[in-house]
Amino acid sequence: MRQACLNAVYELARADDRVVFIGSDLGVGTLAAFRKEFPERFVMEGVSEANVLGMAAGLAMEGHIVYVNTLAVFLTRRAFEQAAIDIALHNLNVRLIGNGGGLVYAPLGPTHMAIEDVALMRAVPNMAIVAPADAREMQRIMPLVHAQEGPVYIRLAKGNDPIVTSEDEPLAFGRPVCCRSGADALILSTGITLRIALEAAELLAREGAEAGIAHCPTLKPLDRDALAHAMQPVPAVVSIEEHVLSGGLGSIAAEVIAETPWRRPKRFKRLGLPDAYPSRYGSQADLLKFYGLTPEHLAEAVLSLRDNTGSG
Amino acid sequence: MAGNECAEQTPPLDSRSILLRKEILRVLEHSRRGHLGAAFSLVEILRVLYDDILHFKSTAPDWPARDRFILSKGHGCLALYVLLAEKGFFPREELERFCKPEGILGGHPDARKIPGVETSTGSLGHGLSAGLGMALHARMANAPHRVFVVLGDGECNEGSVWEAAMSAGKHRLSNLTAIVDYNKMQSYGSTAEVQNLEPFADKWRSFGFAVREVDGHDIAALREVLRAAPFDRDRPSAVICHTLKGKGIALTEGNPAWHHKSRISDDELRSLYDGIEDTPCVKPV
Repeated sequence: MRQACLNAVYELARADDRVVFIGSDLGVGTLAAFRKEFPERFVMEGVSEANVLGMAAGLAMEGHIVYVNTLAVFLTRRAFEQAAIDIALHNLNVRLIGNGGGLVYAPLGPTHMAIEDVALMRAVPNMAIVAPADAREMQRIMPLVHAQEGPVYIRLAKGNDPIVTSEDEPLAFGRPVCCRSGADALILSTGITLRIALEAAELLAREGAEAGIAHCPTLKPLDRDALAHAMQPVPAVVSIEEHVLSGGLGSIAAEVIAETPWRRPKRFKRLGLPDAYPSRYGSQADLLKFYGLTPEHLAEAVLSLRDNTGSG
Repeated sequence: MAGNECAEQTPPLDSRSILLRKEILRVLEHSRRGHLGAAFSLVEILRVLYDDILHFKSTAPDWPARDRFILSKGHGCLALYVLLAEKGFFPREELERFCKPEGILGGHPDARKIPGVETSTGSLGHGLSAGLGMALHARMANAPHRVFVVLGDGECNEGSVWEAAMSAGKHRLSNLTAIVDYNKMQSYGSTAEVQNLEPFADKWRSFGFAVREVDGHDIAALREVLRAAPFDRDRPSAVICHTLKGKGIALTEGNPAWHHKSRISDDELRSLYDGIEDTPCVKPV
C-alpha cells in the first residue's frame, strides 16, 4: 500500500508540477525515480518532523501541493502543533502520508504504533483523513486526495496486505463504500479492518446471519447521512478499527447513531483497541488477535447483538 | 559584540521611532492589553525592514514578487500592526479594534485576516520553517524575491528553530535571512538566567549561517547590515540585533513586568505617555 501511495505521488508529480515531496530520513532509495526525474521537487530532510511540516506549509503557501512522508506517529504525535497551526489553520494543500497506521510496527513497540492518530487528526479542523483497505483502494483514492482543497492525513497499512476491494465499487471522497448488504447487521470498517469484516460476513453467512458492510476509506469528511442511510434497515451495527476506541470510526458511528432519530433503537458495539498502550511485541497479526480484532470475534459480536436485538 | 554593550551605545531615538511607539500606546489605550516590551524592542528592526528593505505593494498584498516577511515572534505584533497600518495594508482605524471581537488584529497575527501577514504566528518556533519552505519555493521558481523572518530570543529556546536552522544551512538558502530580536529578556526574566543562548552568534554560524551583529535600535547601522544581506551567496544570513526590551520608555526598559500586560489602568497608561514624552528625541536619521 505504501508503494502504491508513493507510486501515485510520482505519477501525480509527472502530471502536476505543483507537486513537491518531502521525506524525513526515509529508507534508502525511496522514490528514487521521482528524485532522478524531478530533483528540485524531491526533498529529503533529516529527522526533524516539526521543521518538515513547517517547510511543507511554507511551500504550500506558495502554491505547491506537498506530500510529506514519514512514520504516522511522528507526523501526528511529534509534529501535532505544526500539523494543526502551520498546515490546518491555513487550510493548506499538504498531504501527510503516515507509515504504519495502527499496529503495523508491533515489533518496534508503543513508540512506533499509531493507535490514536485518527483521533488526533480528526480533532484538527480542516484536516481530512483517509485510511484505505489495500493497495488497489490506495491507488484509486490518491487522485481524489490530490484534488482536495486543504490538508489530508493518509493512514498507511503494512504493505502487501491482501487485495480485498474491487475496481467496480464506486469510490467518492468522504463517502462510505457499501460493499455488502445484509438484513441482520451492518459492519463498519476502515483501513485493513475491511478484510476482517469481509471474512466475518462470510462466517456469519454460514451461521445464517446476513451482515452488510459499509467501509470507510475516508474518515473525515464522512457523509453522515450516507452512513445513517446504510444503518437504517438493520437493527444492529458493529464497528471495527485498528485504533483506540475513542475518537475513531467507532466514535463517528456512535455520534451518527446517537444523533439520528431512529424509529427503533439500534444495538451497537465498537471493536477496537483499549485505552492502553500496547504492552506486547510480536507481529501486527499477533496484536490484532490479542485485541480481538479477528473475523471470529467480530462475527461473535454481530451474533451477540443480533440475538439481543429483540429484548432491547 | 556581546551583552548589552551596543544597546547602551544606542543613539537617541528619532522622532519617527518615538511616533511609532506613541502609535503602539494608542493601540494599548483602546485594548488595555498587549505585549508592549516585545513590541518596543522590535520597532527599529521592523521600521528599517518596511522603510528600506522589503519589496511590497500594500494595495496588492499577494503581489507574487513581494519579499516574504514573517514575524515569527508573533507576540511582538503591536509593532507590526502599526507599521502595516502606516504602509496602507489596512486602515489606521483598525488599530483601535485590536483584540476586539469585530477586529482583524489579534494578540498574535492571523494570516487569514490580516493583509500583509504571510503566516499565522504566536506559537513560537514555527516561522523559520515556514520561511524556509517559502525560500525553497523561490529557488525552485528561480524567483528573485527574498524571505525575512524575525525571531525572538526566548523563541530560540524552541528545538524547532534549530531544526529549521540546520535545514536552511543544508540547503544553502542565501535568499533567507533570520533576524533575531536579542533583547536578552524573556517572560520570566533574563535569557541568561532562564535559558542562556550564548555563544549565540557562534550557534547560528555553526548551523551554516553567515552572521552579522548589530545594534537593533540604531537605524543607520540596521540599514547598513540589512542592505548588505545576503552576507554570503552560498549561505543563509542571520542578523543578531542587540536590543533592549521595552526600549523607549524608562518604566518599561528591561522590565519583565511589561513583557505582557492586561487590564492596563489609566494611571499606567498616563505613565507610559509621560515616559515617552520624557524620552530624548532627535531628528529622523
